[in-house]
Amino acid sequence: MSAQTRNTRVVHQSVPHDSGYKHVSGEAIYVDDIPEPRDLLYAYARLADRGRARITRLDVSAVKSAPGVAAVITPADLLTNDIGPVFSGDQIFADGEVQHFAQPLFAVAGESLDAARRAAKLAEVEYEDLEAILTCEEALAKESYVLPSKYFRRGDSAAALARAPNRISGRFHVGGQEHFYLEGHIGMAIPQEDGDMLVYSSTQHPSEVQHMVAKVLGMPDHAVVVETRRLGGGFGGKETQGAHIACIAALLARATGRPVKLRLDRDDDMLMTGKRHDFLIDYDIGFDDDGRIEGADLMLASRCGYAPDLSHSVNDRAMYHADNGYYLPNVTIASHRCKTHTVSNTAFRGFGGPQGVMAIEYVMDEIARKLGKDPLEVRKINFYGTTDRNITPYGMKVEDNILHKLVPQLARSADYAARREAVEAFNRKSRYLKKGIALTPVKFGISFTNKMLNQAGALVLVYQDGSVQLNHGGIEMGQGLHTKVAQVVADVFGIDLERVRITATNTGKVPNTSPTAASTGTDLNGYAAYNAASAIRRRMVKVVREHFQVAAERKIEFHDNAVWAGDERLGSFGEIAKLAYVNRVQLSEAGYYRTPKLEINEDGTGRPFYYFAYGAACAEVLIDTLTGEYRVLRTDILHDVGRSLNPAIDLGQIEGGFIQGMGWLTTEELWWDDKGRLRTHAPSTYKIPAIGDLPRDFRVQLYEPGRNRENSIHRSKAVGEPPLVLGSAVFFALKDAVARARGDGQCPRFDAPATPERVLMALQEPVAPPVVSAAASIEEPAE
Amino acid sequence: MRRSIRFLLGHEERELHDVDPTMTVLQYLRSEERKTGTKEGCAEGDCGACTVVIGEPDGERMRYRAVNACILFLPVLDGCQLITVEHLKREDGELHPVQRAMYELHASQCGFCTPGFVMSMLALYLNETSPSRDTICDALAGNLCRCTGYRPIIDAAQAMYDYDWQDPLRAREAETAARLTALRSEETLALVRGDRRYFAPQSVEALAELLAEYPRATLLAGGTDVGLWVTKLHQDLDTVVYLGAISELHTIVEGEAALEIGAGATYTEAFDALARHYPDFGELLRRLASTQIRNSGTIGGNIGNGSPIGDSMPVLIALGAELVLRSREGERRMPIEDYFIEYRKTALRPGEFIERIRVPYLAPEDQFRCYKISKRFDQDISAVCAAFKVRVEQGRVVDASIGFGGVAATPVRARATEAALKGQAWDEASIAKGEEALAAEFTPLTDMRASADYRRLVSTRLLRKFFVETVDLAEPTRVLAEEVV
Repeated sequence: MSAQTRNTRVVHQSVPHDSGYKHVSGEAIYVDDIPEPRDLLYAYARLADRGRARITRLDVSAVKSAPGVAAVITPADLLTNDIGPVFSGDQIFADGEVQHFAQPLFAVAGESLDAARRAAKLAEVEYEDLEAILTCEEALAKESYVLPSKYFRRGDSAAALARAPNRISGRFHVGGQEHFYLEGHIGMAIPQEDGDMLVYSSTQHPSEVQHMVAKVLGMPDHAVVVETRRLGGGFGGKETQGAHIACIAALLARATGRPVKLRLDRDDDMLMTGKRHDFLIDYDIGFDDDGRIEGADLMLASRCGYAPDLSHSVNDRAMYHADNGYYLPNVTIASHRCKTHTVSNTAFRGFGGPQGVMAIEYVMDEIARKLGKDPLEVRKINFYGTTDRNITPYGMKVEDNILHKLVPQLARSADYAARREAVEAFNRKSRYLKKGIALTPVKFGISFTNKMLNQAGALVLVYQDGSVQLNHGGIEMGQGLHTKVAQVVADVFGIDLERVRITATNTGKVPNTSPTAASTGTDLNGYAAYNAASAIRRRMVKVVREHFQVAAERKIEFHDNAVWAGDERLGSFGEIAKLAYVNRVQLSEAGYYRTPKLEINEDGTGRPFYYFAYGAACAEVLIDTLTGEYRVLRTDILHDVGRSLNPAIDLGQIEGGFIQGMGWLTTEELWWDDKGRLRTHAPSTYKIPAIGDLPRDFRVQLYEPGRNRENSIHRSKAVGEPPLVLGSAVFFALKDAVARARGDGQCPRFDAPATPERVLMALQEPVAPPVVSAAASIEEPAE
Repeated sequence: MRRSIRFLLGHEERELHDVDPTMTVLQYLRSEERKTGTKEGCAEGDCGACTVVIGEPDGERMRYRAVNACILFLPVLDGCQLITVEHLKREDGELHPVQRAMYELHASQCGFCTPGFVMSMLALYLNETSPSRDTICDALAGNLCRCTGYRPIIDAAQAMYDYDWQDPLRAREAETAARLTALRSEETLALVRGDRRYFAPQSVEALAELLAEYPRATLLAGGTDVGLWVTKLHQDLDTVVYLGAISELHTIVEGEAALEIGAGATYTEAFDALARHYPDFGELLRRLASTQIRNSGTIGGNIGNGSPIGDSMPVLIALGAELVLRSREGERRMPIEDYFIEYRKTALRPGEFIERIRVPYLAPEDQFRCYKISKRFDQDISAVCAAFKVRVEQGRVVDASIGFGGVAATPVRARATEAALKGQAWDEASIAKGEEALAAEFTPLTDMRASADYRRLVSTRLLRKFFVETVDLAEPTRVLAEEVV
């Protein structure tokens, strides 16, 4: 075989998900499917049935003596109750005071889940209700924060606002979101010799689970091994939250000396674990007659819940995305991290970024309505430039902007201008049903804004038969990470994908891993695996040259499951692996990667992102003005994934991300009652998109010629989070339909999610005069 | 009486003695059979991750339907075939076309929902040969996927018919039907497990006798609500009497003046007749619950539990339906609206059960529409459900009956609104008066589904919509209708 007939490379191909066969046959193993060890106990956490309250009495003696109970743990039994991932505050159990409705009080291990649950009910608990802060508004009024407020300032926004020919201001609210991974949280802890603990955890961050379990057990990190083969969905919900579940299981395993499994049922999962932060957003914007922004004051206040969890980074990312793709010459972005007596909110796909984008997209839409212009024109006139007007509010130069190409390309392929006309024509004819259309872009920064997390390790093992085992620090949660990384490794060795066995992520194989989050899974782990495989390959090349006496000018190549010197096949990959072994050459390697170019100053300015990913979506909707019901008629998406490692997988991320973003902004409503009790804690009450909600006409394209200008793995781009933001097109199409249906072209305050109720009510309400809130002043308090 | 249940797990026979009557099929599969392909996503029949297929003999043929294993009590399997995701792949490893299409078209990401989708699609594959996109979406409306956004799943459901395949279930159906018929017995199933009892009588008389003996027994029909009392509320049900084995209760009789639906008929069984006689009810039934729930849930059960938010009641109220209640003492009848006394309290007496529902046919001059308002179109509980029937003669309303759900503690008849409309001209002015009466008639609550204000406003708007739809047939009023696009 000659080099000309060489098979297509395995990277950049739409190979199926590595577990696809096992998914459809039911053979894929999730933590709850692992054959249960002998003597397994089942854990149950009793949740507080009050909002914020003092616990005046907690007596678990009846629980302990109940049939089938092996152990009970309460706060009094703990070495530490703190499992805050970065800052302290997040707790295992309510200790003395319930911080939020459904906070765990204690946990029971029983011979069956039923026994544990029945026993837990026997505890005697008495409370004394305390005043609770439940919303951002209340928290701002009381200056209740989990972390200090933060500001980005560039230019003089106050002066720019004062002199701008046009000015708008207002407030709106963007709701939170429940992850609704189909697999709920689960952890199984199995005691080992020397007091060590093996933990199977449904986590996006095994290293953190390892560290937390070690901490609560009072052991060094080396005493704990955490393993995760796959998650039934994560979406950020398992970045920090899995530690809570794993720690309870491990503590009960320690207390009993027996394996313990804690699997949360859907309601407990939704009540107990954090969600996407909801944001209260104030805007005050000055702009010229074309709609070009001259000055912008944005206040972003988020509901963090009772403790910090990852709220610092989530809110930072909201600030980093409050510009989206737009140049804001004079800008102040204020971020308040509100402390409320609700569950401690956490990471969720986009990690504050989507909320920041919503702030400025809402502003774009309002500017257009104020000026009577097409919102797309206002968006375009504000896009970052390529040579000037290209510095973000945090001082980073936007070097890879493609929105000025990508957005017009989508506008053309989606026939935006003609369809806008058609929408208007339809609305003139139709009395009760009205249409709306919107085209919105996204620019999303790729890298952890916490610089240290931008590193990864991988372990590649080549065996004497030429089969390869691959391990890296990333977690497979459906996004196809393992498939992509295996493609990278198979490509280095020129072997079939089937020759690369992907193994469970395990803290004993690759240490000190970062969470699989911030869309960076492939960028980091793919490169680390590439580095590992390449090192082995270099060693194999050396052996081959020596053994076959290949001259230095002849290139040694790996393809078609063999090693070649030009057209000469030197041996199968397995034969060469064996040759290397015989010659006592190391066939394993721990690879490592860290993202270059990142600089982040103490105030958050600098270059927090290696690069940006871009995309845009156009959505058309139909609303019923009698009831507020609506339906998405068509969606067109054009999205930039760089040079795709796997187009099918990237398409899946884009489509799935869009639908999840649409759900966030339309039907997914978290609803708390006046006592702070979350009443939407199961799919019967919390409505994620169903199959019928998919736009009937759905056209999704990868942006050509996508190629990352930065040296990412095979010039691909991260794709996990950015497409979620594209759901905003549906929200703004609904806002457009409302404004058109009203006849005045205006839309009153329009909060997300835009449920049918919100749509109908927005059709009734007068447009409120602009208000700048006094409570949420963006000014820093005087020292 | 029989103390054991017998069923086929795939093609293997199982006989289980005195099983825990409220153990779910999902628990049984995962913990007893150690078959973990079937997943728990919600334990309330709302996500579909636990979907399995149940086969029942119908002469020499088999009828297959997808159901939620998470809320299905194990004894209900008696005399049935249970198919799970593990039974699809051939022994040589070749995937079933349903699986193959899902795999090749990239329709799984995290994979946790996938076995449920595969099973819903298997039922579709076995029952349809070239389903429309709407039929596919309807078959999969009860399966939630959080990763893919569904597009590749729809593609797979279309592509699965393209593979050459002799389905082993269909190939063996005569044999399976014969085996199941042989397994079935006329003896009443009566399980005892500790304090718990389970009976599955096979005639209305036997049921009446049992209820006379156990007047406080929990009546189990489709279990789509009773199942949740166990899986969500963790209640102990000590005596359960299952109605599903009584074939008389499944009958649907198209009588002279009324359609008579046996209280044990599932939504699926009743769908055709209801959709044919009461246009618009069909669309509401489709949206009222997923395929899996409609395959288990019964109209009798929907009425029986007296929930204020069950969607069939407002419609049946507007249609003037009558309930036939039976006990050992005999039969009595009542208008359906009189059955609901207060929140979750009904007129059913101890020892009594709903035998059938009589739904009068619409007259040609009747105008009838029904509406369901919810956050999501499919598989969502209504914020408001409304049904309107008016008869207009010479431009005047001579009769009106209006049923509402979601606006009071029970399903209700909007009598004040009906009174405001009766005798009036069927025109804008009367509708405005009707809206006023309707706005004053109920005091709805604010909850997670909607605010009181919205419920009140949308109720009046539905009356207006009904009016528009009766007078201006050309004006589009439904966002889901195809012709508006």
